[in-house]
Amino acid sequence: MAVQLLYFAWVREAIGRDGERVELPGDITDVAGLIGWLAMRGGGYATAFAEPQRLRCAIDQNFAGLATPIAGAREIAIFPPVTGG
Amino acid sequence: MSVRVAAQEADFDIAAELARLERLGGGGVASFTGVVRGNDDGDGNGDGDDGAALTALRLEAYPGMTQRALEAIAAEAASRWSLAGLTLIHRFGTLGIGDRIVLVATAARHRGAALEACAFLIDWAKTKAPLWKQEIFADGTTRWIDARASDDLAAAAWDASAEHGKP
Repeated sequence: MAVQLLYFAWVREAIGRDGERVELPGDITDVAGLIGWLAMRGGGYATAFAEPQRLRCAIDQNFAGLATPIAGAREIAIFPPVTGG
Repeated sequence: MSVRVAAQEADFDIAAELARLERLGGGGVASFTGVVRGNDDGDGNGDGDDGAALTALRLEAYPGMTQRALEAIAAEAASRWSLAGLTLIHRFGTLGIGDRIVLVATAARHRGAALEACAFLIDWAKTKAPLWKQEIFADGTTRWIDARASDDLAAAAWDASAEHGKP
């Protein structure tokens, strides 16, 4: 499944890019699985995705939990908890 | 019910924004303006005890989602309180000390609804709008501001009081 990934704040800085298009293996079915898969790339990816509980995500621009299925997703954003206001 | 929501880099004109709400005939207009605080070391107590002076704040937005999320927060406020109008403007980009970051303003027939909805909007904007704050210091270092548990609690308190605010 091809999906657009977006990264924000310190996740973006650790990886060194604000997004990428990836082809996901079939056994990646939820956000937590995606984060674990990305962490295995090592380097900045390992740093950014080492602690999933520190991360939040949005699927097609709607906030979603780490256990949310990603089947059919077009855009998945991964980022720290928000600090607006 | 007149709603104005904007995620933008540009500054806003508070007088013009409040005048728009005053013209709606609600009877009361409440507002909150957030500005960049100087010498904040990120722990929230504003004592600047990390040594380096804060020179700017950078707010990162999620293009396409930030505006929609702010609109959803505004819609939630409109469903909970009887308002004549509301304005929610949140800036992003690089802002200097004293620059305005966010404006929340509400108009209602009675002050309770205006003040409560105003507090609700800022609490939810802090925790439910995709925006991330980064501090930029005089020595060139930067630091991302961590989410605060107290902000999460403030936002969650409105879930518990959902019935209270119903018109």
